[in-house]
Amino acid sequence: MAKPKVATTSLAGCFGCHMSLLDIDDRILKLVELVDFDKSPIDDIKKFTGRCAVGLIEGGCCNEENVHVLQDFRKHCDILVSVGDCATMGGIPAMRNTIPLAECLEEAYLNGPTVHNPSGRIPNDPEIPLLLDKVYPCHEVVKIDYHLPGCPPPADTIWQALTALLNNNPLDLPYELIKYD
Amino acid sequence: MSQSLQDTVQQICRDHQNDRGRLMDIVTGVQAKFGYVNQQAIDLIAKSVNAPRVDVESVVSFYAFFSPTPKGKVTIRLCNDIIDRMHGSARSAQAFFDDLGIGFGETTADGMISLESVPCIGLSDQAPAALINDVPVTCLTSDSAHDIVAELKTHMDPQKLVKSFGDGKNSDPLIRSMVRNNIRQPGPIIFSPCVRGEAIKKALSISPAEVIRAIKTARLRGRGGAGFPTGIKWEFCRAAEGDRKYVLCNADEGEPGTFKDRVLLTERADRVFAGMTIAGYALGAEEGILYLRGEYAYLRTYLEDVLTKRRGDGLLGKDILGKKGFNFDIRIQMGAGAYICGEETSLISSCEGLRGDPKNRPPFPAQKGYLGYPSVVNNVETFCCVTKILELGPASFNEHGSAGSSGTKLLSIAGDCTTPGVFEVDFGITLGEVLKLAGAENAIAVQVGGPSGQLVSPKDYGRKICFDDLATGGSIMTFGPGRDVLKIAQCFMEFFIEESCGYCTPCRVGNVLLKERLEQIAAGRGQPSDLDYLQDLGETIKTTSRCGLGQTSPNPILSTLKNFREVYEKLVRPCEDGLLPTFDIHAAIGQAKRITGRESVVFK
Ligand SMILES: Cc1cc2nc3c(=O)[nH]c(=O)nc-3n(C[C@H](O)[C@H](O)[C@H](O)COP(=O)(O)O)c2cc1C
Ligand code: SF4
Ligand code: SF4
Ligand code: FES
Repeated sequence: MAKPKVATTSLAGCFGCHMSLLDIDDRILKLVELVDFDKSPIDDIKKFTGRCAVGLIEGGCCNEENVHVLQDFRKHCDILVSVGDCATMGGIPAMRNTIPLAECLEEAYLNGPTVHNPSGRIPNDPEIPLLLDKVYPCHEVVKIDYHLPGCPPPADTIWQALTALLNNNPLDLPYELIKYD
Repeated sequence: MSQSLQDTVQQICRDHQNDRGRLMDIVTGVQAKFGYVNQQAIDLIAKSVNAPRVDVESVVSFYAFFSPTPKGKVTIRLCNDIIDRMHGSARSAQAFFDDLGIGFGETTADGMISLESVPCIGLSDQAPAALINDVPVTCLTSDSAHDIVAELKTHMDPQKLVKSFGDGKNSDPLIRSMVRNNIRQPGPIIFSPCVRGEAIKKALSISPAEVIRAIKTARLRGRGGAGFPTGIKWEFCRAAEGDRKYVLCNADEGEPGTFKDRVLLTERADRVFAGMTIAGYALGAEEGILYLRGEYAYLRTYLEDVLTKRRGDGLLGKDILGKKGFNFDIRIQMGAGAYICGEETSLISSCEGLRGDPKNRPPFPAQKGYLGYPSVVNNVETFCCVTKILELGPASFNEHGSAGSSGTKLLSIAGDCTTPGVFEVDFGITLGEVLKLAGAENAIAVQVGGPSGQLVSPKDYGRKICFDDLATGGSIMTFGPGRDVLKIAQCFMEFFIEESCGYCTPCRVGNVLLKERLEQIAAGRGQPSDLDYLQDLGETIKTTSRCGLGQTSPNPILSTLKNFREVYEKLVRPCEDGLLPTFDIHAAIGQAKRITGRESVVFK
């Protein structure tokens, strides 16, 4: 039987959640036996090649491309998991949510105390995806099946969640794996 | 700093003995004098009463009637509650917008008139209604709104807008109000005639313990909504350790759609004060406080006069009715526009000169209340019942009502009905009978107990008004054919969001989430799973909020989910592809499109 497929992506995240996934150490070998990776930065596949069992999402949506990718994941994955606080709540990027977009850009490219920008222009290349008015957690854009809290969630949490989902087991994470204080 | 401001503020503080416990009165005084309480005034008050500045600032910022920035000489506060909306308050609002050239929350350029939108001001039977400074104006139309502005511009005296007086004491020289009592059905207890001083005389002829026994025999339960047995509360308080005790009367009457306490204070003030005095005797208290909502300030002078007369007649003060050693007096504490202050521990905070934040319980007020002393808080109507029980004996009270709820109850009925007003009914009456009394037989829904109560559908009109079935502090709002159930729920959620004190996250944030989801559903973008979301979140808010406001705030949604589920079900559609219809990409990139001058290449 063909191995189930897993896809991952980093939207408005810092890649820390992906690092945490890699942090499963030698279990990565087991993972490779268990699944094939489809679209993911781990194997650098850019486009979905087929249907996936599980999609892991890092980061929320801060621009139109994030939305597009997330919707693509929803179309291709049976189960979607928001991994980490950025995906589940917007996280650090969402700190801009109380400030109008224009002001954010001006602060970042013109007025900020550490800005060096002799051109005095805010970047506006057609290649740059349009920013959203604010950063949205994933479940406000598409249906999300599971949320893993943490910044990032520890490797053990991701491992246990993933293996449970792939084996059709209930997602019963012990308290130690989802407590952060 | 202006000298006159300094002198005046310091004088106001001195008038209140520089007592930080009287911050409400001090700030009310400064607000009345200057139209706002600016930073300088806050500094001066803080210094005079020897309180941290932040204590004063938090009082100024908490209450809707206080303002740190200048307000007009005259403030028009238009009720925005559902009843007023149904009676066309939008038309009066538009007239005010047009004639004043301002919107809600704004002041005219000449600094003369401010316009505000406020929750129920206790005049739902005469909606649309507004307060112009302290003066209530009722039954507004766009024509009368135009006239009001025109007149105000000539004399700026709200009292001159009152051309004719309402019935009963509303025409008393100390009230002079256009408000009408609309007492549609006076009953055998609360509105029955009574001999002034008789109840106190009877109380003083027996021991305090016997007074409490009489209240218990009458099985009196609190009329403010929760229905706690009054005798037991008094007994706790009497037994509690404390050098002093206090009797507080809750005249905050903030639950939208309730206005029966206003009528009692207008027509039966003596009876309310007698009840408080009897409580003072029973508890061994020497001081009582009537906490009067800011919206009823127009009754204050009259009530002060009633108190003065009672002092003159030996019904208040030292050795009351000749009983050696029984001393009791009452002061009036004004509120300043905060629904939460009707919650008894917030009410106590407010009386103490603090923000109207609820306190943790236990300790309960009966153990540790006002200023830390054992205190009893009862509703206006409860004290009226006390007076009647002492006057006529518990048995005559017990004759009325149902097994778990003795006596009669005042209902304030408003909305789509032919005779809105106050009705005294026996507990145990069915909702259907109540609707008949007020001419609302065709109601498609009835809100019983105000926003914190429930929206009842016709299949439940056979249920009974009493503590064990449909409990209500008095508010009954009727909705006729064509009214939109979800709009009603939305309006009530707005109310709770506005009035939450903000202390607990579930109440402060959760209600906003509930309302947003409700709006999405109403707009046809909801899914069946959203109904579970509303239910779960609503229950979470109920169980994790600290006070009664949060614990009841999801009721507009939970009760409509239960009683009008079909309305929701008709609106929701399953979302097969998992791409949420509530997310609007075009709205989300709108700002960026304007800023960059580009179109989206992905989302056409
Ligand atoms: C948010 C909130 C608002 C309340 N408003 C009032 C009110 O306006 N009048 C009132 O009598 N009770 C009000 N109550 C109930 C009081 O907390 C308290 O139970 C009541 O005054 C006790 O008096 P009773 O036993 O005579 O009813 C409110 C409760 C809550 C939680
Ligand atoms: S949750 Fe933390 S680790 Fe993960 S993407 Fe966000 S900031 Fe990075
Ligand atoms: S439940 Fe709401 S009103 Fe009550 S204390 Fe908490 S935040 Fe304040
Ligand atoms: S005065 Fe408007 S609803 Fe009560």
